Amino acid sequence: MLLNVNNLSVSFGGVHALNLDHFSLRDKELRVIIGPNGAGKSTFLDIICGKTKADKGEILFNGKAVTGKTEVAIAEMGIGRKFQKPSVFPGLTVHDNLLLAAKMKKDIFSSLFFKPTAALADRIHAVATKLSLTTVMYKMAGDLSHGQKQWLEIAIVVLQDPTLMLIDEPAAGMSDEETEKTGALLLELSKAHSIIVIEHDMKFVEQIARELVTVLVRGKRLMEGTFAEVKNDQRVIDCYLGRTNAQLETL
Amino acid sequence: MKTKNNPLYYILFIAIFAILLPAGYMSGLISVNTISVWGRYFCFAIAALGIDLIWGYTGILSMCQAFFFCLGSYGIAMHLLLKKTMATGAVLPDFMAWNKIETLPLFWQPFQSFGWTLLLCLLVPALIAFAAGFVLFRSRIKGVYMAIITQALTLAMWLLFLRNETNLGGTNGLTDFKTLLGYDLSSSSVKLGLYMISFTMLCAAYFGCYRITHSKFGKVLQAIRDSESRISYAAYKVVDYKLAIFVVAALLAAVGGMLYLPQTGIITPGRMDVKASVEMVMWVALGGRGNLKGAVIGALLVNFLYSVCTSLFPDSWLFILGFLFVITVLYFDKGFMGLANSIKQRFSTGSFKTSQTPL
Ligand SMILES: Nc1ncnc2c1ncn2[C@@H]1O[C@H](COP(=O)(O)OP(=O)(O)OP(=O)(O)O)[C@@H](O)[C@H]1O
Ligand SMILES: [Mg+2]
Repeated sequence: MLLNVNNLSVSFGGVHALNLDHFSLRDKELRVIIGPNGAGKSTFLDIICGKTKADKGEILFNGKAVTGKTEVAIAEMGIGRKFQKPSVFPGLTVHDNLLLAAKMKKDIFSSLFFKPTAALADRIHAVATKLSLTTVMYKMAGDLSHGQKQWLEIAIVVLQDPTLMLIDEPAAGMSDEETEKTGALLLELSKAHSIIVIEHDMKFVEQIARELVTVLVRGKRLMEGTFAEVKNDQRVIDCYLGRTNAQLETL
Repeated sequence: MKTKNNPLYYILFIAIFAILLPAGYMSGLISVNTISVWGRYFCFAIAALGIDLIWGYTGILSMCQAFFFCLGSYGIAMHLLLKKTMATGAVLPDFMAWNKIETLPLFWQPFQSFGWTLLLCLLVPALIAFAAGFVLFRSRIKGVYMAIITQALTLAMWLLFLRNETNLGGTNGLTDFKTLLGYDLSSSSVKLGLYMISFTMLCAAYFGCYRITHSKFGKVLQAIRDSESRISYAAYKVVDYKLAIFVVAALLAAVGGMLYLPQTGIITPGRMDVKASVEMVMWVALGGRGNLKGAVIGALLVNFLYSVCTSLFPDSWLFILGFLFVITVLYFDKGFMGLANSIKQRFSTGSFKTSQTPL
């Protein structure tokens, strides 16, 4: 197992945001996490990438403990994160956003004396092409549309070349066509990376969930199964009913 | 937006300050005082470059740059004062004798040597910046808290320097110097020489800052300004970058202060009081933060304006500065350079339309 999580819990001001008994991920697995709003999905990824400190529990990545490490140390271990609210560097061009993300030495002296290489330029160009960013390479990232920012942040994660990608709601704010393209891209990426995707859009989930889907509800793992199993599970349907996500019904 | 670097600005800048002004002085049109005044402005501009790096590019509002500036000035002042004291045959600088001190305090000793003085003028600010930065950045202090704490540090140092017990001349500061490395500071040619050195240092500092901001390091700084948390998920150690640039900014301020002292002939704690620290930040705000040219122009322009205004309407300078600041914040937050750029763009839309969409 690439990722092993046991008894992970965190609470904000007395409210349990996450109380996860167990979660594990195979190498090169693409896992989708779904759940109603406030279920603790983002919080789970926040803990893995070091943004939030867990109250207790353990996370083992490649057999090494993740909890207690800094964001940088976790990133260096090979974990990359795309946030729910697209977070790019608005004051830098798209190209510079990608350049900073690209995998290389990142200490101050390496940055100061950095010389661009053809290999790196090719890599950036290849990723930008995949995410349809080539036409906006020299635009300020802050001027991009919401969908483009989503893609830029995915591109940032891809260029970091992490073993594990944590992708939070990649299709939010995208058109159907863009969503489909994002799904295809994630499937392609899953050949070389392990990926955890959080998503609300059930059509999108159906497209990418080739293996397991985990359902989180009120911080707890409700169930885990294939998309068909999850879709037809009475408990899952119950907790989605009466909420904004009546999408399960329509499928 | 990629603005092409037009060499015209540089040529113009160098032509005015390296040729026109000295030539004006040689031909008797400009007094040596004017030369000296501009020489001092260059020192402010050097410090302003540091403020632009730390605040404009990295987004850390440091209010202690005036303190680093003074450290440089005080270091040189101590050396000059000791030289003068020795020349007059006294054992101790006058103010120490008045304070009934019998032997030269230990921390004054190294300032007898010019080499040590230069070294300490740079080393002390760098070390203080490193120590302060280490504590502040480590504990993730940022934004307005950073401004308040650095301001408090400056205030504490100001109070310390005011005290006679500190042995740095108290309120009166250090003054009445005669020679630097044997050159008479009151002679016109030495003043012109100091002017030229300051100008050269400004150009060198600009070039250095230009290299920094255009390197990948500079882009990381901007990324820290934009989204500090995001950049650490891309495996950049934010604290290292902040510390490095904070030390560089402190060094620039110190260099400015070192060159400033022999041209003004006096340093008092007033150079680092709250007003002085705020003013330094304002130069960059008015000139255009996140823009090196803006920092230089801001420092030169505001100080020039200051000298004009204080002779025309002596009491209203702070109101004028405050007014300018409010206008800047409200209407053109990129400062003077931002304003100039947007005017330029308005004039050139149409003719440049084709080149605005890079392929
Ligand atoms: N930093 C925080 N401080 C306080 N409460 C928080 C914090 N982060 C999250 N929470 C709370 O924890 C709970 C879980 O939030 P989380 O963002 O993980 O939900 P989510 O499953 O990602 O929901 P959504 O689908 O809306 O993104 C929510 O009740 C939220 O209000
Ligand atoms: Mg979320």
